[in-house]
Amino acid sequence: MRILTITKRIFVEMFRDKRTLALMFVAPLFILSLMYFLFQSNTNTVADIGTYNVSSSLVKTIDNKHIKIHKMSSDVSAKKTIRDKDYAGFIKKTDGRLIVTYQNADQNKTGIIKKSVQMALIKTQIKELAAATKKSKAGLMKMQAQLQQIKKQLPASISGRIPAASAPKNMQKPSNLKLTQHYLYGKSNSSFFTTMLPVFLGFMVFFFVFLISGISLLNERNSRTLDRLLATPVKRSEIIYGYLSGYGVVAIIQTAIIVLFCIYVLGIEILGSIWVVLLICFALAMVALSMGLFVSTFAASEFQMVQFIPIIVIPQIFFSGLIPVANMAGWLQAIAHIMPLYYGASALTDVIQKQASFSAVIPQFSAILVFLLVFIVLNMIGMRKYRKV
Amino acid sequence: MDAVVTVTHVDKSFNKKRILHDVNLTASAHEILGLIGPSGAGKTTIIKNIMGMEQPDDGEVTIFGNKMPNRQVLQRIGFMAQDDALYDSLTGRENLKFFAQLFGVKKDQLNERIEYTAGVVNLNQDLGKRVSNYSGGMKRRLSLAISLIQDPDLLVLDEPTVGIDPELRRQIWDELRKYAKDGKSIIITTHVMEDAAECDELLMIREGHIITHGSPDSLEKEYNVDNLEQVFLKAGKSNENSDNN
Ligand SMILES: Nc1ncnc2c1ncn2[C@@H]1O[C@H](COP(=O)(O)OP(=O)(O)O)[C@@H](O)[C@H]1O
Ligand SMILES: [Mg+2]
Repeated sequence: MRILTITKRIFVEMFRDKRTLALMFVAPLFILSLMYFLFQSNTNTVADIGTYNVSSSLVKTIDNKHIKIHKMSSDVSAKKTIRDKDYAGFIKKTDGRLIVTYQNADQNKTGIIKKSVQMALIKTQIKELAAATKKSKAGLMKMQAQLQQIKKQLPASISGRIPAASAPKNMQKPSNLKLTQHYLYGKSNSSFFTTMLPVFLGFMVFFFVFLISGISLLNERNSRTLDRLLATPVKRSEIIYGYLSGYGVVAIIQTAIIVLFCIYVLGIEILGSIWVVLLICFALAMVALSMGLFVSTFAASEFQMVQFIPIIVIPQIFFSGLIPVANMAGWLQAIAHIMPLYYGASALTDVIQKQASFSAVIPQFSAILVFLLVFIVLNMIGMRKYRKV
Repeated sequence: MDAVVTVTHVDKSFNKKRILHDVNLTASAHEILGLIGPSGAGKTTIIKNIMGMEQPDDGEVTIFGNKMPNRQVLQRIGFMAQDDALYDSLTGRENLKFFAQLFGVKKDQLNERIEYTAGVVNLNQDLGKRVSNYSGGMKRRLSLAISLIQDPDLLVLDEPTVGIDPELRRQIWDELRKYAKDGKSIIITTHVMEDAAECDELLMIREGHIITHGSPDSLEKEYNVDNLEQVFLKAGKSNENSDNN
């Protein structure tokens, strides 16, 4: 009953504080959208390249909307040209060899040139192949005509049993083999966002709940209302549970908004069950909540609360899957395993991208629950600081 | 008289600085006990030790026979802190309701209690306003109303009359007098001598020492002066002398 009273109060306070509301519900959407567009905008990169002595048909094949080609009329040094004109690369043909020099100041552009040149080479080969196929097709047609000729000369009874030969279907349209470059870049970049989405999702939920809940308990302490509260027969645990359930509801709403936004506005596909995604996010938010409440015990002001972010929140990003944990040094892997976000992001990745069912992520989910339990207990102990009984 | 609160030999230091020196007091039912002393004397520290919000370094506090700190006993205590600990974004009524529910006031008595306690401090008209729009005096009054919400047997009020105009002050004292008559015990702190005259029993505090105690009349007689301010000055002097000895 007292828990419900505290929960209700937190709710009313929260919904009257428009700034905090915006921070909880709008800021994550803003950041996610920003990331979404940032990772897309890579497709607009254009790399300047100089060419010398490259056949115009090959130049045409290399050319695409991410490449701007500058033909050099005289044999110039590749390095000098790149330096002088700030080109991203230089292509030169000598003795039947294609020599590509990269500026390599922007790996992005280097990658574009590499891919474009490789694509061009593959395309040229395909063209040659297609030409060869055409030739053989022409031969086949000729043979077919001859066959018809022979067929006509045979008696009708036999000719009926010989099926009409036709060219294999795939040979009819050699242009089927055409490739579209556009697919490669646009899709590969937007899928980077998709790959990282589970990590971002986990992080957003964690970060905002941590900050808001921590600051709210801190304010309760600094405005002396915590002392006042503890001068009533309320149990310390009731305060903790009241906060957990009050901000828990806020966290559910926040998670639902973020997940729905990702699906319907950003068009992200969630392969697994959306309910499992919500459940994991909620559990993660509860850990963030209990950590925020606990940490606020050690902060004297909101500023000091913010100072905990680089220590407690930021390092978790590195261990949440942005960098593959399996490739880390042993001691770093050990650190990853004491980070709630590591388990949260891993479970979310499995569900969102690998269509894992709930039972498949039970190990990570249990780890999150253990964190929650530990921090709830720590909070109960921390509350003793304010009242001994 | 039945002792409600007993404080025996309480010492308290902060950062190795001694704030309370061997404080002893008894608050009884039917009685208003006043702690009087200048700012910084240690009145709030005594209150906090009584409430169990601070632990004495030495000595003990018992309330209704229970050694403090004790959570259950808090149900019977109405407390008003020196600083107004209120929820600013809630209205006056919501603040009262919140504390009423924490004290387990029954649903059918809730509105009645809220209206009654707000009436004691003339706040009925302003209950719908958010506390952030309250003046300092209104906040004080709301704090006092909250301390009465569960109809407690013991009232512990830290400087309840600060910022309250004389007319309302009179009304509040009359109300407190009524509660004492009904058998409640009341402890208040003040640094105003006019308030001191209203108390049944006075403790004069200076630099963490209780320099003298007694009813206002008997103190004036004892020190052979005609007002409490002079009692305080005289008692302070004789206390200094005895300290030096
Ligand atoms: N938590 C604390 N830490 C350190 N010093 C304190 C603390 N609380 C009170 N004091 C000191 O104790 C003395 C008495 O304070 P207080 O009890 O608030 O006096 P009063 O209520 O009579 O004005 C003051 O000198 C004050 O600075
Ligand atoms: Mg004080």
